[in-house]
Amino acid sequence: MLPKQPLEFYEEPLPGVDSSELKGKLIVIEGPDSVGRSTQIALLRGWLEQEGHAVLDSGMARSALAGQAIQEAKNGNTFGPVTMTLFYVTDFADRLEHEIIPALRAGFFVLIDRYIFSIMARAIARGENRQWIERVSGFALVPHGVFYLRTEVKDLVRRVVLGKGAFDFWESGMDIRFGPDMYESFVRYQSRLVRALDSMARRYNFQVVDASRSPEQIFEDLRGRIMDLGAGRRADEAGRPARAGRKARARR
Amino acid sequence: MLQNRYCGKLIVVEGIDGSGKSTQLALLSQWLRAQGYAVAFSEWNSSPLVRQATRRGKKKAMFTPTTFSLIHATDFADRLESYILPLVKAGAVVCADRYAFTAFARDVARGMSRRWVRNLYRFALKPDICFYFRVPLEVAIRRIVGGRNAIKYYEAGMDLGLSNDLEESFRIFQGRILDEYDAMAGEMGFHIIDAEQSIEEQQRQMRSALMEALGEKLRAGVLRSQPAGAHVA
Repeated sequence: MLPKQPLEFYEEPLPGVDSSELKGKLIVIEGPDSVGRSTQIALLRGWLEQEGHAVLDSGMARSALAGQAIQEAKNGNTFGPVTMTLFYVTDFADRLEHEIIPALRAGFFVLIDRYIFSIMARAIARGENRQWIERVSGFALVPHGVFYLRTEVKDLVRRVVLGKGAFDFWESGMDIRFGPDMYESFVRYQSRLVRALDSMARRYNFQVVDASRSPEQIFEDLRGRIMDLGAGRRADEAGRPARAGRKARARR
Repeated sequence: MLQNRYCGKLIVVEGIDGSGKSTQLALLSQWLRAQGYAVAFSEWNSSPLVRQATRRGKKKAMFTPTTFSLIHATDFADRLESYILPLVKAGAVVCADRYAFTAFARDVARGMSRRWVRNLYRFALKPDICFYFRVPLEVAIRRIVGGRNAIKYYEAGMDLGLSNDLEESFRIFQGRILDEYDAMAGEMGFHIIDAEQSIEEQQRQMRSALMEALGEKLRAGVLRSQPAGAHVA
């Protein structure tokens, strides 16, 4: 569970990046659609800024290079699975090089709403080769913490129906049509996504967070875990090993 | 890359800018069409889906070697999934002006690792034949300089800071690409055409190599319109 220090790349270092200069913290929130990731990112951001940390948050399809083009292609429903995967990897690479790495260099806390793992899970759920996409994504930095918000698919269904009130074309995997209608396709596709994410948990050191609880409970949980990485009141003791941090929290 | 198990065929030309490959591919495809074969064309960097992002990135010089490589792979994936693969499955001859090998040469010349770039294109369909138009750098440059197309920023590798002079940068960068092509020619099974020969001679060699390698398969598998007069009876 100990984060790697200093930051490293998974397989292939990015040309021109010296990862030892990256002083910030890279924190990833992963999880399926509608699990409540963006709510948590907003809460975490508010808290970290209160504690005096500079925060950058970054999420999928928000790059200057490819964000808009991805949105337009999604609206036209014209993606093939490999094209979609690579478009998202392009988007990720642009954000990594132009937003995330500069912020890490400047000592920011960088909160990522879905990292390469969602891109990989979507590709795997669509039947693409796992090793292919793992290697393609090999230029990603190993984060200090990957928090996987996990819940059952029936809970996701409840959230979608009570929240947005309708199933989304892409969240239901309708490009592949996993079922005869949006509901059935959603259930099958999201089950595949959860399975794919589960299968990465060990290899990529995910910390699994039970997301079936209330947003407040999840936030408390995440906050405690992120304190262990040297945030908030533990900032002055950031040099101490994570284990000591965890004990200190348990005493409170 | 995946072996082509379909009735249609995939013909690829590769080479540096100014090698004359596009001219040769146009002649070859006309010749195939005249024999009634169903022929389709695919050019590098031409997916309508990805175009906007590529244009934006080039205009504002936003690309790094990584994103340059990835956006071209995305473009390629779109053309493969929505155009090349369906047509090859349907029984057409698809003629591709540049293919994954362009990325193998260019992206590596930009500093990406060979292993990473080759893995990136693992989903590609393996061409049935790939012609590599080999030309000395100086000859290619003479053909381009003074031609109607000015040398472009990324084609010259200006993003790499090799030289402030456009022509000098182009020379260095294309030289690296040429080395990469030469290094992979054997491994990839390129059919090498000496691109200093006359246009007619190159075309003759291309046609004869194509027929030798694929003639039987073209006749057996590729969609073909009836020759003129066949309906009369």
